[in-house]
Amino acid sequence: MSYQVNGHTIEHDEEGYITTLSDWSKELAEEIAKTENIDMTSEHWEVVNFLREYYDEYQIAPAVRVLIKAIKKSMGPDKGNNKYMYELFPYGPAKQACKIAGLPKPTGCV
Amino acid sequence: MSDTKKFLYVNRKPPYGTIYALESLEVVLIGAAFEQDVSLAFLDDGVFQLTRGQNTDAIGVKNFSPTFRALGDYEVTKLYVERESLEARGLSEGDLQEITYEDEDDDWEEKPSIRVVSRAEMAKIMADQDVVLSF
Repeated sequence: MSYQVNGHTIEHDEEGYITTLSDWSKELAEEIAKTENIDMTSEHWEVVNFLREYYDEYQIAPAVRVLIKAIKKSMGPDKGNNKYMYELFPYGPAKQACKIAGLPKPTGCV
Repeated sequence: MSDTKKFLYVNRKPPYGTIYALESLEVVLIGAAFEQDVSLAFLDDGVFQLTRGQNTDAIGVKNFSPTFRALGDYEVTKLYVERESLEARGLSEGDLQEITYEDEDDDWEEKPSIRVVSRAEMAKIMADQDVVLSF
């Protein structure tokens, strides 16, 4: 199973998470978002970039509760709340945003 | 919350070579969702899990030591390290990475999560738990 981006083939698992984290690119993120029926806006990118930075620092994809709390701390309560995050990523901010960000599925997320 | 239990995860093995240390950390992260009173204990070679400056390039596995610094976000704020185990390995508190949490009840002040305790204090901490899980 794979995504096609600019003539490159990028492998993913049965749920769509890429298998090699270093394969990620912005173009790939747009491609993954399409399969999730998400039209990437600057608000989506803000969350995806935040997740990538979090992973870079801590080597984990955070649980949704932790993600929302961290967003609240860094971007304020208008963005760090369930409603805002689920409007951006209706099938779960951690799950969908992590997939688009090229990260593993959050630990403890089934 | 009346049904909160005290959980202690006891870590005795070095970070790499077996899967115990990583599995323990994953269970802690997953278990944190259940809002229990969670502490971690580091004894014997387990104290190596918290050492600073780990580099796993040569053994081809992921260096997961930065993940300990995310524990504060998961409201896991008590990491007890046994002083005798450190000393027996020629280590001191300065050899461990800094891990902090923000105290919600104290204007989000940053406080250290690592508490170096004596063997006798560790025994008391263990006796005080509802559930002890060994890794």
